[in-house]
Order: sequence, then structure tokens, then C-alpha cells
Amino acid sequence: MRNIKQGTEEFRSEEMLSTKTITELMGMLAEGECTSVDIVTDVLAAIDARDGQVGAYLTLDRNSAWAAAREADAERAKGKTGLLQGVPIAIKDLLNVKGQPCTCASKILDGYTAPYDATVIAKLREAGAILLGRVNMDEFAMGSSTENSALGRTTNPWDAQRVPGGSSGGSAACVAADEAVAALGSDTGGSIRQPAAFCGCVGLKPTYGRVSRYGLTAFASSLDQIGPLTKTVKDSALLLEAISGHDEKDSTSVDVDIPSFGKMLGENHSLAGMKLGLPKEYFVEGMDPEVEKAVRDAVEHCKGLGAEIVDVSLPHSKYAIAVYYIIATAEASANLARFDGIRYGMRLNGKDPVELYGRTRSAGFGPEVKRRIILGTYVLSSGYYDAYYLRAQKVRTLIRNDFSEAFKVCDAILAPCTPTPAYKIGSKSDDPLKMYLDDILTTPINLSGICGLSLPCGFSSDGLPIGLQILGDSFREENILKVGHAYEQTTGWHKQKPIFSRNM
Amino acid sequence: MRDTTHMDVSYVANLARIELTDEETELFQGQLDQVLEYVEQLNELDVSTVEPTAHAAPRVNVLRSDEPSASLANDLVIGNAPAARDGQILVPKINEQF
Repeated sequence: MRNIKQGTEEFRSEEMLSTKTITELMGMLAEGECTSVDIVTDVLAAIDARDGQVGAYLTLDRNSAWAAAREADAERAKGKTGLLQGVPIAIKDLLNVKGQPCTCASKILDGYTAPYDATVIAKLREAGAILLGRVNMDEFAMGSSTENSALGRTTNPWDAQRVPGGSSGGSAACVAADEAVAALGSDTGGSIRQPAAFCGCVGLKPTYGRVSRYGLTAFASSLDQIGPLTKTVKDSALLLEAISGHDEKDSTSVDVDIPSFGKMLGENHSLAGMKLGLPKEYFVEGMDPEVEKAVRDAVEHCKGLGAEIVDVSLPHSKYAIAVYYIIATAEASANLARFDGIRYGMRLNGKDPVELYGRTRSAGFGPEVKRRIILGTYVLSSGYYDAYYLRAQKVRTLIRNDFSEAFKVCDAILAPCTPTPAYKIGSKSDDPLKMYLDDILTTPINLSGICGLSLPCGFSSDGLPIGLQILGDSFREENILKVGHAYEQTTGWHKQKPIFSRNM
Repeated sequence: MRDTTHMDVSYVANLARIELTDEETELFQGQLDQVLEYVEQLNELDVSTVEPTAHAAPRVNVLRSDEPSASLANDLVIGNAPAARDGQILVPKINEQF
């Protein structure tokens, strides 16, 4: 094991393999410049130094990480070069990995051990990736700040007083803090893109149906999608390629070709011939002027790269929050009925099953999960179904149609990802509606099923990252990856790293 | 018109099999009334001729090949149960007569 000096400068130095991207590490591994064991060594050292502050990891099995690293190295020696051969990836704690806990950051799954691998996990194994550990999230992915985790607090690597975003807050924070080379998250209403924006990394919500959801603990089945959180757009493309594909075990996964997303992104950063849409509705009232400026600057930059900017309109955007919180909670109320204290997880006994259910769910679920299940139960209940759920589904159609119209005149859409940069811990947690309203720029994408990428496009005067969102039509990930890659490589925001004090 | 902006939280919580304390009931009542008031804005739109979207990528009759395959091993499944005996999950008595 190499000697790791304490102290900020040493830790941020180029020597540390934990600071590298997947792309860089794959090159170094291929050239024999490092081993997978070296990479895991550095990443674990970064976790030791920083996770006391960041709090991204819920479980970390060092021995299995070492064993997997040795195996990856041995396989490489025998000629196996998987897409992610020997690269450690952190896993959001709602994906089933055989033999590991899968808490969903909830007390109700206390004691549960996953009996099988999610399809994305099987695919990561096949690609030679090392499953590093399980990272924090809002309970059952319900939240936008990771404050709803019942199991621990995660802070923003750029400012420990601030939230990392959510629900994939642990995934974004560990990547931003170089505590993982990359991570998997899930996105139901922005849960990959928003924390990526808050933590200054790259988050991709693939098209609905691109990635199998088998083994993902379901929150809202018509909206959920698994995706990567990475340090660069190219890494995002590589990880997407590794986890994509049709799966018999998920009837909503779509049988389409998997392009070699990684190979598409080269050295040519011209956007000539591309039309990029700019929706006026996404520069919402109350938006932080620094966010608006950073995004408008990014639009100008893309223009400079040769893109043609066209105005597009998404007139029903303002209804997205209302639609989302009806549909997502309705689906959640059905999906979370399975957590009843009978087959797995915690149980509080009762004189009959009904009492057992009520007691178990009362003690096992946190307040936000209870609120959403109750709201979802209500909007589906007899007498209210038409007024809420059916109406929301109809407005969902209008939101989808807006995008269909927009993509007739452009190849991708540029927009801000969040109205503000990361906010202070505790500043919104008492007011659910206020927290919901922040999802205005991300939820329409899930409702429409299209793909969306978030990547850094600047910093606020407080030194907080700002996220640019690039939206693409269904199964047009190559467009948003191309624009994102060109923007990233010609700006370099992604090279900035948070500074850790106190011997880190 | 029906009062759609007010729900009876304790009644709905019982339907969802969640026991709430009095404090929780009161807190959620206020918070959820606010959310329901917010979603009222959907009534501004005339959706009488709009088809509902249930799924982002509508698919029908998705079938896989009908071939038997191994299920999860019994001990893996039962091992997760909070209470089990003889390879089966234990639950409180369901029928009062027995």
C-alpha cells in the first residue's frame, strides 16, 4: 500500500488515483501504470479522510472491495478488459446487491439482506466494475436534500453547512469528494440531476426504458430510472453504456440498440449543425440571478461552438410540480404497500395483521414517506380519483406534448437544473411544499420520459456549483452527451474540486 | 362542488395502514392541505379532450417466453422474514374463530 500523506495539498495532488476519471483510470490500467488494488487503496483513503465530514457512505465492505479489486486485476492479467474493468463504483442504497443490506435509508428495511442482484448490478459485475459501498439518500428516494434519510446526514462537499441535494445525495457527494470514481443513483423527479448540480458533478437521467429497473426499490414506477453520477460527461457515457439494455425482468425496458456512447465523444468539440432550444419557461420567477447568468453564459458558449440557438416553448411546465406530486405519490402509495412487516424488514407485533401493519409502518417510515403515502392514497381514493389522479395524468399528456413539439425544431434543450445553488441544511425541511417547488425544472423530464443531463456550468459568489441541464428526446442520449461533452471540455468547470480543511 | 382541498388525514392514514400520533395528524393535516390547495391550479386547464398518460413509454401486452426457471431459494426468502418457522413466515392469527 502506498504511503498517503495527510494534508489538503497532498490529497488533492495528481498522485491520488481517487481524483481520476473512469476514462483516465481505464487508460492507466491498460498501460499497466496502476492496478485496481491501487485505485481501491486511494479511494478508501479518501473515504477515511473525508467521509467523517461528508457522510456519504452507509455501508462499506472493505474486504469485499479488496477482493474484487484483486480479482479484477487477475482477470485483466488474463486478458479480460470489461468496459469498467477494475473501477470502483458506489451504489445508492436502494439497488439490490445479493448478500448486502438494501436499506433505502429507512428503518423499515432494518435487517433486510438482498437475495438477488439488480440487473444494473449484474451488468456492472459483467463490465468488471468493483462494487464499492452503499451510499445515503432520502428515505425511499423521497426528498431533494438527503435530509429525509433515517440513517445519517450527508453534507455538501463544497460547504458542509449545506445539503448535497437529493434524493441521490450520497451518490453525488461521494463522487464530488473523490470518495468514489463514479456512482449509480436513481431519478424519479430530479434525484440524479439536482444533487449533481448541487455537488458539481455530472448526473444523467436516461430515457425511461433505457435501463432496467429490476432490483431497484420502486418509488414511482412510471417515472423511476437508474443512471450514473460521474466526474465527466464521457464517464457518464461509459457508465450508461454499461448499464443499458433490454431486460425480460422489467417489462418497461425497451429493446433498442445500445450505442457505444463512450466512443462517440472525441476531440472534436464543434456543435455546428446542432440546434439547441432555449425554453423561456425555465427561467422561473425567484430564480437566483447567478444561476440564470451562468446558464445564459453556457448558452452563449454553445453558440460559440457553432450551435444554433432557437427559442422553444414548454407552456405547461408550471403545472409539472402539481402533476408530479399527484402521480408520484399515487404510485408510491401502491409500491410501498409491500412494506408491511410480514415478509422482510422490521415488525412491530399486533393482535392481528391490521394492527401489525399500522404499528410497523408507523415506526418504520419517516415523516416524508408517511406524508406521501397518505397523499397518494387520497388522490387514488374513490370520489377523488378523477379530480386528482386522472386530471394529473391528462396534464401529463400536455407536458409530454410540449416536449414533442419542441424536439421538432431542436436537437436538445438547454436549461437551468435548479432555481438556486445548494441551500443550508434545515432551511426547507419544515416546509414540504417549499421543498417540492424546487423540483420545477427537473420533474417535467420524468413525466415525459425523455433524457436529461446535468453538468457544472459555473459557481456562485459563495463558491457553490451551478448546474446546466441538457434535455434530449427519448433515446437521443447521444445528443445531450455530445453537447455536454463539448461544453465541458471547452470550459473546464469539472476540473474544480472542493477543498477540505482539517487534515484532509 | 365537493370540498377537494381538505382531506381527513386520520381517515386516509388508516386506509394506508399508518398509525399517526395526534401531533403527526395535526402537522400533516396542515401540510397536506397546503399541497392540495397548490394542486388546485390543474383546474385552470380544460382537459376534457385530452387522453391521460399512464406511462412515459406506453407498452401493451409485454410477454416473455413461458419457460420455467428457478425461483429464489426458500432459505434466502424466509431468512428475511421477521418471524418464521419450518420454512414459512409467521403472522398473527387472522381468523378469530380458530
